[in-house]
Amino acid sequence: MSTRTLTGAQILWESLVREGVEVVFGYPGGAILPAYDAMLDYPIRHILVRHEQGATHMADGYARATGKVGVAIATSGPGATNMVTGIATAQMDSSPIVCITGQVGSGLIGSDAFQETDITGITLPITKHNYLVTHASEVAAAVREAFAVARHGRPGPVLIDITKDAQLGTCDFDWEAATPDIEAIDRSGQGFGADAIELINKAQRPLILAGHGIILGGGTAAVQRLSEQAQIPVAMTLLGIGSVPASHPLNLGMMGMHGEAWVNTAIQEADLLIALGMRFDDRVTGNTRTYAPHAKKIHVDIDPAEFNKNIRVDAAISGDVGEVVTGWLPHLASVDRSPWLDHINRMRGDVAVRDIKNMPDQGHLYAAHVIHDIWRITGGNAIVVTDVGQHQMWEAQYYHHEAPRSLITSGGLGTMGFALPAAIGAKVGRPDAEVWVVVGDGGFQMTLCELATMVQEELDVKVCIINNGYLGMVRQWQEFFYQRRYAATPITAPDFEKLAAAYGVWGATVEARSEVESTVEAARRNTRGAVIDFRVEQEDSVFPMVPAGNDLHNMIRRPSPIVETAAD
Amino acid sequence: MQTFAVYVDNVPGVLNRVSSLFRRRAFNIESLTVGHTEVDGLSRMTIVVDTDERGGRLVEANLYKVLPVRRVVNITQMPTIARDLAMIKVQANAESRPQVMQLVEVYRARIVDVSPETLVIETTGTEDKVDSLLEILKPYGVLEMVRTGRIEMARGSIEGPALVPGRAMHGARGPHDSGAMSV
Repeated sequence: MSTRTLTGAQILWESLVREGVEVVFGYPGGAILPAYDAMLDYPIRHILVRHEQGATHMADGYARATGKVGVAIATSGPGATNMVTGIATAQMDSSPIVCITGQVGSGLIGSDAFQETDITGITLPITKHNYLVTHASEVAAAVREAFAVARHGRPGPVLIDITKDAQLGTCDFDWEAATPDIEAIDRSGQGFGADAIELINKAQRPLILAGHGIILGGGTAAVQRLSEQAQIPVAMTLLGIGSVPASHPLNLGMMGMHGEAWVNTAIQEADLLIALGMRFDDRVTGNTRTYAPHAKKIHVDIDPAEFNKNIRVDAAISGDVGEVVTGWLPHLASVDRSPWLDHINRMRGDVAVRDIKNMPDQGHLYAAHVIHDIWRITGGNAIVVTDVGQHQMWEAQYYHHEAPRSLITSGGLGTMGFALPAAIGAKVGRPDAEVWVVVGDGGFQMTLCELATMVQEELDVKVCIINNGYLGMVRQWQEFFYQRRYAATPITAPDFEKLAAAYGVWGATVEARSEVESTVEAARRNTRGAVIDFRVEQEDSVFPMVPAGNDLHNMIRRPSPIVETAAD
Repeated sequence: MQTFAVYVDNVPGVLNRVSSLFRRRAFNIESLTVGHTEVDGLSRMTIVVDTDERGGRLVEANLYKVLPVRRVVNITQMPTIARDLAMIKVQANAESRPQVMQLVEVYRARIVDVSPETLVIETTGTEDKVDSLLEILKPYGVLEMVRTGRIEMARGSIEGPALVPGRAMHGARGPHDSGAMSV
């Protein structure tokens, strides 16, 4: 390829286009102006956000929905620091995004220049890697390597900070010369311990723990085959939801702090845990000293730094989950595990009767009803995007996801304000999908400015606000562990229906269970987005609950029959 | 204690990346030294971490997540040569100087500076030897001391392909990047 003399700003877009980027989420400013000016000459769709945090969440949502790298762009200083929450969110949930920030001229670095901030220093612990680019000649190599790093192995966020003079300077653009050194980027490790096949074939009560890594690596079919062939039931982490269809008979549901009771009990009774692309988060294990005391543990993860981090395992295998599992399939012995499966199914039946959606309509609206109805009406085929908190757990419990990449949620960092922008990113990436936001009244107020982005970009995102007038999950902890002393958790909100109207979005308010279905249907008929304010029971709690640090089998269960709340 | 020989690309910010990792993961650094290697563009760190064998494996796996880190060798269990270099400034007047010089002789250390009231002693050896010399000198009045911290090398040869430094991009580059070790 012949070389051409281009500015650093032009090289940035030349490189992004060659990396397959079609859309970026961003907000302009002084130090990134040259890049914005050059952007107009390239086939790039720019989504103007209302806050740079939104740009990072959108890039994240785009990446999670499509499997491609999401790109966010912002200026120096406050533009860059506003990205920090979104970058940390992507890091904790292994989401491949590339963030591009402008930086003051290289001669001004260190002088506390206007809108100067050390963003590579700030983001060092929350990125897979980051770059400070001070010469136009470094732009192409930085972009190529950044995309390789973001995608390769365990995905994650990468930041490229480009000084203004690097954007304005010129040099020969040589794409080939900028090819990244994949060998240096490849950080796959080695495993250790016992023979996994032998452990599986000997197990009478095995359980697969399915995590996000299965979805990120495209290993869903292999894991399903493992489950079916060896008759091993599957428990999912929050981010593992969608790795095996919810309707699959061997899929037990979610594990952990608010996991299904039969799932947590099964983990504690299992004689083998096969952990696939998950990391034994404290919200999943409870007390690590009493966790799965009878079980041998096999851990498969692409990141060897996860082995023995939280839970000691008997066999660790570093690699792509799908490839590792596919390698096991020919060696699996035929073992009759029906006593174990029957046992779990009996536990499941016992618990189902306590389920709130099986309760008769007493005139109260519970979040469970709302989410159950949305699931039913959308046929389980929507992409649902959530924040963190009670609504997130109810979504995980009552919306039954059939496909990978259909639940997008801030798991590791637990970021309020994630849902709406991430949903916008998901909708941009998958315009044909039905995208729903399930969000609390607290988190929605953190980033609701992005409704304007949704309108400006004519994106059809449905917003379901689970409005209980509290910061619900914190209130629940105060109820259970702080003698109902509700410090700073009651929260007011605007009239969301009117707010939606102010933004030019169709809105509705629902207070009764009987109105849920018709309102959800009406929202679906509206093709320019919708906001529904569901006024649910104010002091409802998420059950079951394993208090933080407690033994996994010690769950707080929903009182049955339902104890009516103070509102009665 | 676990000791690692860590080969890193000599790019700006690499020490910051490594030390940030130790801070973030709450690994306790006992000692960390860094310097050039025989290969241009590659630096070598000797890192001693206060942890057990299991912790050592976590440290190693985490170090590999730092992009400019090229190779990590846990040399805890290997036969190695470990050295520490110290310069000790000790009070020594005409009366005490001969005694101090005698001790220096015994420890095979060297006197590298003499003033009417002080001596500067340079010593190289294991950390134990340096500690021991320090104890012996204390009664004379140690005014100042500087130590490099432990550097360590395995005896014989460490297996593995020859290391070459990575392509240029592995780092946040600074405006004053001279190509020298800028940590």
